[in-house]
Amino acid sequence: MIEIRIHGRGGQGGVVASEILAKAFFKEGKYIQAFPHFGVERRGAPVAAFVRVGEPGSLFVRTNIYEPDHIIVLDPTLLTAVNVMEGLKPGGWIVVNTPQDPEELVKEVGIPPMYKVATVDATAIALKHRLGSKMSPIVNTAILGAFSRAFGAPSLENLLAAIREEAPVKPEENAAAAKEAYESTKILIPQEV
Amino acid sequence: MKLIEKSQYTVLKGNYAVAHGVRLARVEVISAYPITPQTTIAEKLADMTATGELKARFITVESEHSAISAVIASSLAGARSFTATASQGLALMHEMLHWATGARAPVVMVNVNRALAPSWNIWTEQTDSLAQRDTGWIQIYNESNQEVLDTTILAFKIAERVYLPTMVVLDAFILSHTSEPVEIYPQELVDEFLPPYEHPNAINFDDPRAIGAFARPEYYMEFRYNIQKAHEEALRVFKEETELFADMFGRKYDTVEEFMLDDADYVLVLAGSTATTAKYAVAQLRERGEKVGIMRIKLFRPFPVEDVRRVLSGRKKVAVIDRNVSFGHSGIFYMETRAAMYGAKDRPPIFGYVAGLGGRDVRPQDIIDIYEDMKRREEPENIIWKGVRV
Repeated sequence: MIEIRIHGRGGQGGVVASEILAKAFFKEGKYIQAFPHFGVERRGAPVAAFVRVGEPGSLFVRTNIYEPDHIIVLDPTLLTAVNVMEGLKPGGWIVVNTPQDPEELVKEVGIPPMYKVATVDATAIALKHRLGSKMSPIVNTAILGAFSRAFGAPSLENLLAAIREEAPVKPEENAAAAKEAYESTKILIPQEV
Repeated sequence: MKLIEKSQYTVLKGNYAVAHGVRLARVEVISAYPITPQTTIAEKLADMTATGELKARFITVESEHSAISAVIASSLAGARSFTATASQGLALMHEMLHWATGARAPVVMVNVNRALAPSWNIWTEQTDSLAQRDTGWIQIYNESNQEVLDTTILAFKIAERVYLPTMVVLDAFILSHTSEPVEIYPQELVDEFLPPYEHPNAINFDDPRAIGAFARPEYYMEFRYNIQKAHEEALRVFKEETELFADMFGRKYDTVEEFMLDDADYVLVLAGSTATTAKYAVAQLRERGEKVGIMRIKLFRPFPVEDVRRVLSGRKKVAVIDRNVSFGHSGIFYMETRAAMYGAKDRPPIFGYVAGLGGRDVRPQDIIDIYEDMKRREEPENIIWKGVRV
């Protein structure tokens, strides 16, 4: 069972991202679970959503995720605002929406060398594809393109199919944003991992 | 091609699984008032009726009391009727829950388990539905979104065979707002399982009659006796219909689910979605060589006394884990389980645990702690609080 935690701010589409990601894994024959942090959401406040992925027929649990295998961060300001790396297992991916290169990000935020880092400028990509507004771009589909590239699953094909089915609006623009993010993701795998 | 092969596998939240169950049951009248975490059921059904995907009348109302009143009336008029609520909303319906039973209106309701206020809390707890125990409703608890969809369909079949209102129960957020794979059956197959609803004494303006009549002491008791008989019949009907459902849809449910119980000396008893996490924990305990299994109670009313006795008799110890509490006594499934076991042969000591109130997470380690605590204890206790800070 793989556990993924998605960090965003209320209104950024973190919950929808969890549902799209789960559906893309489901298309690959996996058993999945996607759920929001069960709380009262406020626009702009830090929020989290969760995805579990496992083999069909394997035993799952119905709890929050405390020790994720990987994390996805929709807003780079969260890296210093909340402890997004809390409980993250060694060797896990940290996929971040930022214009910075992974090397710069690691240095600036102080990401320990036991984690793999992928960055993508999901905000610029979202704006280019007219997703959301300049004040509040919808980056959830673009960042999933980066996750697919970094983690190697779900495949871009299944991700794009899930986006087309699940995106509340502009399915083609969202799919195009994910594809562009997939192609422009920058990756850092420290030697220790 | 068999009809079942036309099923669609998709990913659904528990609340949308409810809505698809209601759609497939061809419900004709819906009335509901929004309350977290039930709201998306009402929204989805309003959407389905607006688009014509579901040919039903959606009656908007100003309160839950009116919602249940509306569907009791439409059910008595001969229309298959549905409502959904949670927590405070269910509490507000209380008066009319008795009314639905007394009028023998086979309404189906979904209750999303949510803790009662104050303190305000929107998360899961079973006390809201269990507090309606004596209203005469059939109550069925669920562990997964697939089971929620299946049970919604089953509920109409059972309710309409015995003329009793039926409540389908799922946990707030843990099921209602969690997406997971669900198989949606083709309409034709559900139509084969669930024929159209007909009420033998449906309201007929050309042949008017009184409903909810006055019954003096020389008659009232017979009506109550008939409701008890209907519940006894409901237990048989539940068995029949779950078997037919298994034949047609390939999923077998029973009054209780048995998990890793062969050769088990110790049994954990619980209901609802906490069972998923408990199964995960029990599988770990089994790897360590512990002889432990799970009995998950699915049918709460009518209470499956014989099945509970069959499963629990002869075990060394039993722990009931309740996500609910009856203040002044204990957890409610504990109380019911103990009552069922009184007078049974080879009755094991039964320990009562209360955990996860107001949505507090119940993790695999909590289940393992409870198991180990039970093993250590000699004398059963009615109420042992798991994880409470005192």
